[in-house]
Amino acid sequence: MEDLVAARGQMAMSLAFHILFACAGIAMPLLMVLAERRYLKTGDPLDLELAKRWSKGVAILFAVGAVSGTVLSFELGLLFPEFMRFAGPIVGMPFSLEGFAFFLEAIGLGLYLYGWRRLSPRAHLASGVLVLVMGILSGLFVVTANAWMNTPTGFTLNAAGKVIDVDPLAAMLNPAAFTQCLHMTLSAFIAVGFAVAGIHALRLRRFPGSELDRRALKLALWVGGVAAVLQPISGDFSAKHVAEHQPVKLAAMEGQWNTERCAPLRIGGIPDETDHVTRFSIDIPCGLSFLGYGDFDAEVKGLLDFPESERPPVLVTHLSFQVMVGIGMTLAVTALLAGFLAWRKKALPTGRRFLLWLGLIGPLGLVAVEAGWMVTEVGRQPWVIKGILRTSDAVTPMPGLWLPFLMFTLLYLVLGVTATVLLKRHVFMAPTGVTHADTSPNEVA
Amino acid sequence: MLPELVALTLLVALVAYTLTGGADFGGGVWDIFARGPRKAAQRQLIERALAPIWEANHVWLILVVVVLFVALPTAYAAISTALHIPLVLLLIGIVLRGAAFVFRTYDPTPGKGALRWRRVFAIASIVSPVFLGVILGALVTGDLRLDAEQRPTVGFIAAWAQPFPFLVGLFVLSLFAWLAAVYLTLEARDRELQRDFRLRAIIAGLCAGVLSLVVLVFAEEHAPRLAVHARGDVSGADQVLAPLMQIAVALLAVGALLALYLERYRWARVLAAGQVTLVVVGLGLAQWPYVIAPNLTFADALAPAGVVEPMLIVLAVATPILLVALAYLFKVFKSQQDEEQ
Repeated sequence: MEDLVAARGQMAMSLAFHILFACAGIAMPLLMVLAERRYLKTGDPLDLELAKRWSKGVAILFAVGAVSGTVLSFELGLLFPEFMRFAGPIVGMPFSLEGFAFFLEAIGLGLYLYGWRRLSPRAHLASGVLVLVMGILSGLFVVTANAWMNTPTGFTLNAAGKVIDVDPLAAMLNPAAFTQCLHMTLSAFIAVGFAVAGIHALRLRRFPGSELDRRALKLALWVGGVAAVLQPISGDFSAKHVAEHQPVKLAAMEGQWNTERCAPLRIGGIPDETDHVTRFSIDIPCGLSFLGYGDFDAEVKGLLDFPESERPPVLVTHLSFQVMVGIGMTLAVTALLAGFLAWRKKALPTGRRFLLWLGLIGPLGLVAVEAGWMVTEVGRQPWVIKGILRTSDAVTPMPGLWLPFLMFTLLYLVLGVTATVLLKRHVFMAPTGVTHADTSPNEVA
Repeated sequence: MLPELVALTLLVALVAYTLTGGADFGGGVWDIFARGPRKAAQRQLIERALAPIWEANHVWLILVVVVLFVALPTAYAAISTALHIPLVLLLIGIVLRGAAFVFRTYDPTPGKGALRWRRVFAIASIVSPVFLGVILGALVTGDLRLDAEQRPTVGFIAAWAQPFPFLVGLFVLSLFAWLAAVYLTLEARDRELQRDFRLRAIIAGLCAGVLSLVVLVFAEEHAPRLAVHARGDVSGADQVLAPLMQIAVALLAVGALLALYLERYRWARVLAAGQVTLVVVGLGLAQWPYVIAPNLTFADALAPAGVVEPMLIVLAVATPILLVALAYLFKVFKSQQDEEQ
């Protein structure tokens, strides 16, 4: 295997693995805090049980997220030292801030998981809120650094190609930062909300009388559903941003080969990278011009207007984009449907077919997160820093990179499978009744 | 002034990591050496001591990495290239240690699965400190040579696959085990268990003492800068300071061992933490002004002031908040046990 391919493979695999756990670290604490808040209001032991179960999920997912995040902070240098040599100082600000947010998140989590008896109820809830807020902030800071790779600002290159006049704040607040942060954070809540809702929906289908699962489903659907309905708005911001700042990525996302006015929005379709056409798509006339620029007659730049050496892989980018949007729409429609049914019945919809549907679409949000990540990362290629540094120039001279790639892939496979098995057994498959607090491992006093 | 401040920041974070995260690795060492009639109780104590705090303690290392790549980008790039292999091994150790610790805590069937993960946790707790030491050792020897553009010229093996870095690795491991055992004497509630860890602390302390001498002897040939500095064979303030620190380290170590012998565990903790702090500070002073001795100084590796200053401001503003939160965490989980003594 070529070393550049191995390095990119390892980086992509590590990020694809970490992003799932990072999403859980952002959104699961909200569920856990909402359940505990309800418990403080109602005093109902079922709410406490739910908060504890979810907190165990957070404990497992957070630990794997923390260690895989540590790997990433090293891997940037291990695999792409030239990238870090160049970019480290410029994107240092968000990473420093992320370090602190992560620190406070870990402290809050220690207090939350092991402080059920040692803290007052209010202080305990506050520690959960600390985990939630710091989890969101960590995510935001990391995403601003990624956004900088898409729209690098906050520095000047002098004639010798050296970086001068670094403005770390301007780099952090680069043009893509806002839209990417909004989109990523919402998607974390969607993916995790629907995944948790799906699991509890299937349980509820099996044990129709389980009040615990009914409450869990309701909370998770609220979290995932609200975010899913808001996401298309954020998607619209993103589209307009990409159209203005990253036109070649937009063209790849849409399979738009020729520059044209009144460009159609393609649904589905397979871009052919040798013949330069996108086949089998359903076209909505002038749709892309409107979504990208708010004007049906706007000109959209096509891929052929860019030199071949600057075009990203079109097929992967386009298909990933279609998958992401398709899933996003499915989840948003499901959320609206659930809201409508609940409004009509004045109760949580628990029809067997609806529960089965929720179970089936449960994992899709996570798939959409991966697909969206592919769009932004593959769509930026061949650049690691858009227009500044090519991925192939950033890679380490270290030979034999297939070996660490293989090792980390196996390692993550084991971790992923184990975490899933534990979650399944411990959090979601446990009996439906209230377990006694004394038997919970959180309570090793 | 900026190179000094960056070096100081790194030193403080490294000391904090050694005293907290280092001791957590040491806990894993004692898990594998759990012996005698109170074997299960020893392991339970280690688990209980680590559980609420290890993830927070681990973040000090991330802080070190972030400061390295923000403020000393060329050093970070050079280190990650020439020391790629030990870094990857360190990472695998860190990943397995953390994940295995949580997996065994949360394995609902405390049979075979939990047992396997406990073993992984213990082995990873031994491997990681060794490679951490290997990496630090390789920065001292002078074998990590760089070209004019500060890129490594020594391939991927020569800079670390030497006896000296591995000796430093063993020394780091023994220091971590020593700290952990001393802390655990205070965490234990019954006298017998306390004595188990007292014995372990004394053994680890003696090992660390012997290893520190071996490191210094080997330094004469393999890390001459360190040896010269340790002898006080240098100009300026270090001429007095370096031997003084050696004496202070020795006195604190003897004091800690004596406190253990007399079962004054709280004293032992203070003295051991002080001793280990001085060891790290002493190594830091010997290393100054180099990140990679003697080929790259902090001043030469430093990012532009426009980057370093804002980073230091962020650190200065955020650190007090962080310390308050950390103090609260430790107060909640560590002070009750003191009172119960």
